[in-house]
Amino acid sequence: MTTITANPSYKLEFASSPHVHSRWSTKRAMWMVVIALVPCMISAVLFYGFYQLLIMAVSVLFAVLTEAAVKYFRKREITIGDGSAVITGLLLALIVPPNFSLVFTALGAVVAIGLGKEIFGGLGFNIFNPALVGRAFLQAAFPVQITTWTVPNYAVEGVTSATPLAAFKFDKVGTEVSNMFFGNIGGSLGETSAIAVLIGGLFLVFAGVINYRVPLAMILGMVIFGGLFWLIDGTTFPDPIFQLTAGGFLFGTFFMATDWVSSPVTPKGMWIFGLGISLVLVMIRLFGGLPEGVMYAILFMNGFVPLINRYTRPTIFGEAK
Amino acid sequence: MSIFSKAKSFKGGVHPSEFKELTEKSAFEVMPNPNMVILPLKQHIGKDAKTLVKKGDTVKAGQVVAEPDGFISAPVHSPVSGKVMKITKEKNVSGFPAEAIIIKSDEENEIEFMPSLDPETVTPEEIRERVRLAGLVGQGGAAFPTFVKLTPPKDKVVDTVILNGCECEPYLTRDDRYMIERPDEVITGLKIIMKALGVKKGSIGIENNKPEAIDVMRKAVAGMNDVTVDVVQTKYPQGAEKMLIKAVNGREVPPGKLPMDVGCVIQNIGTAIAINDAVVKGEPVLTAAMTVSGLGINEPKNVIVRVGTPLVDILEYCGGVKDTAKKVVVGGPMMGVAQFDFDAPVMKATSGLLVLTEEEINNPEETPCLRCGMCVDACPLNLVPTKLARFSQLGRLEEAEQLGITVCMECGTCAYTCPANIPLVQWIRLGKQNVIRLQRERQSA
Repeated sequence: MTTITANPSYKLEFASSPHVHSRWSTKRAMWMVVIALVPCMISAVLFYGFYQLLIMAVSVLFAVLTEAAVKYFRKREITIGDGSAVITGLLLALIVPPNFSLVFTALGAVVAIGLGKEIFGGLGFNIFNPALVGRAFLQAAFPVQITTWTVPNYAVEGVTSATPLAAFKFDKVGTEVSNMFFGNIGGSLGETSAIAVLIGGLFLVFAGVINYRVPLAMILGMVIFGGLFWLIDGTTFPDPIFQLTAGGFLFGTFFMATDWVSSPVTPKGMWIFGLGISLVLVMIRLFGGLPEGVMYAILFMNGFVPLINRYTRPTIFGEAK
Repeated sequence: MSIFSKAKSFKGGVHPSEFKELTEKSAFEVMPNPNMVILPLKQHIGKDAKTLVKKGDTVKAGQVVAEPDGFISAPVHSPVSGKVMKITKEKNVSGFPAEAIIIKSDEENEIEFMPSLDPETVTPEEIRERVRLAGLVGQGGAAFPTFVKLTPPKDKVVDTVILNGCECEPYLTRDDRYMIERPDEVITGLKIIMKALGVKKGSIGIENNKPEAIDVMRKAVAGMNDVTVDVVQTKYPQGAEKMLIKAVNGREVPPGKLPMDVGCVIQNIGTAIAINDAVVKGEPVLTAAMTVSGLGINEPKNVIVRVGTPLVDILEYCGGVKDTAKKVVVGGPMMGVAQFDFDAPVMKATSGLLVLTEEEINNPEETPCLRCGMCVDACPLNLVPTKLARFSQLGRLEEAEQLGITVCMECGTCAYTCPANIPLVQWIRLGKQNVIRLQRERQSA
């Protein structure tokens, strides 16, 4: 115990209010996202084997190195401790096919951070989701390798299968929903198991890291737009439950579209953004040349975010509505 | 208190750690008179009071030592008997040095009261005059002269008086204790305010984290048909005027308007007590009741001190400050004013004195805005803090003005919640001042 008179040289911090802060910090939020990705990482290893851990490690390593290098050459503070590059690396690894080339993975990670994020000025300034930018680059550069899907479980090297979406689109073959739910299907590392994605995603929602509006809007949008076409013609178009569990939809919903930086800040804007992604996605899946389009749908809507923010300003309290 | 609780509230807001448990059970203690009081001439919003004494004068406790200058001003009374040492610029809890009368206290302290008035028969004019003479200012933080609020312009129709018993700032338990210890005087104060305004409806808004106060006040209003106790959700800033009105009767005060414009007058619990004391006992404002709390003080407690008591005396009275003390704040942690040192005096509207440690402050590293939208969701006035702060930072004042920067009440919810720890409200505060200056220039041009 010290009395003040006994210690007149007390050093006080001086700043204007508020004098307390919530437990939130950028770092904490980022590492919570990493935790939320653990179920997806586990499902990737379970279904496709330990090699997938290598993909993740390479992707994370090159994402972090790229960020550090860019910051170093731009003579800026090295910010890799905030965990955002780790997330980008992990996210990218989880949306490439099983047994994907490590060299290509590294290239993708460099592009994701370099062109997806740092070129705009780093964390907080990018327009597009960095991991998706990396994935889009890989899709353009290595179209064959990025769509070669290994059969899950005890897969013999080189045996591949179509993803449920491709099977439906090109051969009109359906897939058991329960398999899609648990992940026993062909698909990207992290997207294969719907339940793993849901566990991580709901954790983020309930922990308050991501807002419920974007995921809910996307799911509602898929039910509405996907359901509409299914009702029109149930043989040509897949049912909405299939659409919800297939491909990267859930992973994109909870981990990509909800990226803080590249999604709107206004409540109304979040709804528009989520519904918009689902609308674009349904169009790509049903009428485009590709079986899957979550990546392009999200990137497309990312581009509209500044506009959405501008036109969805909330009505100020007490202002005439 | 989850989102399912039935208590009324508003949209947005945050739930800071309350720390009410440090003092909520601590009954008021009257601190012995200090050796010396420092009485700032400006303890209210408006013009400085004009001093009536000079160096060497002997004053009695309760004597007027400075008179109001103009309509929006308030007199200052000496809370102790003694001798005027000097009149000089002194440190002030507002952060700016201010003209103050320094009085050395002697042992006498016979208080000069005004005549007592009967709350049943007193007229509105008598109430206003008494409140003005007693030097009452709002206890909610802004320290607006109370009698001005009791004198609404002719064209405003007021139908409801709301007593603000939310005390939504963490740590503070003063109003809570007032309600628990002096419920009948709170009601009498409210009735006097209602009488002064010719209003038939009174409400006492209390956050649902104060079950004892709610219970006591409900018993006190039992059988009255003109006063209700309204339980509202525990959420910061529930005690902001606009938020409280919204919760109590659903009305929304439009931007740039006052509670009077929607027929409401809000007074703090402490103000009701002070009005009761001024009218019923004839006592001018000589004391400040306050919560002394925080993890950096050895004995957190609720105390009643003389106005003008230097903070250092109060901290010593509460067992002194721990070595871990990082910040000393007058008021609450969300909107209070940090102090350079311990020398400034308590003012009429001082309701809290906090000694905060690193642990409570939690000041993570600032990063660029991540556009997470948490500030937008939290802002009780539905502003877009991240944009306002950015425009303020860039000096784009017209855009900030268009987005409603002047509507901001600086509650600090945005800065509190921001994961990137950007000083949002601080930038907005600056931008707001610049926009107001711009508007003035436009008007004079």
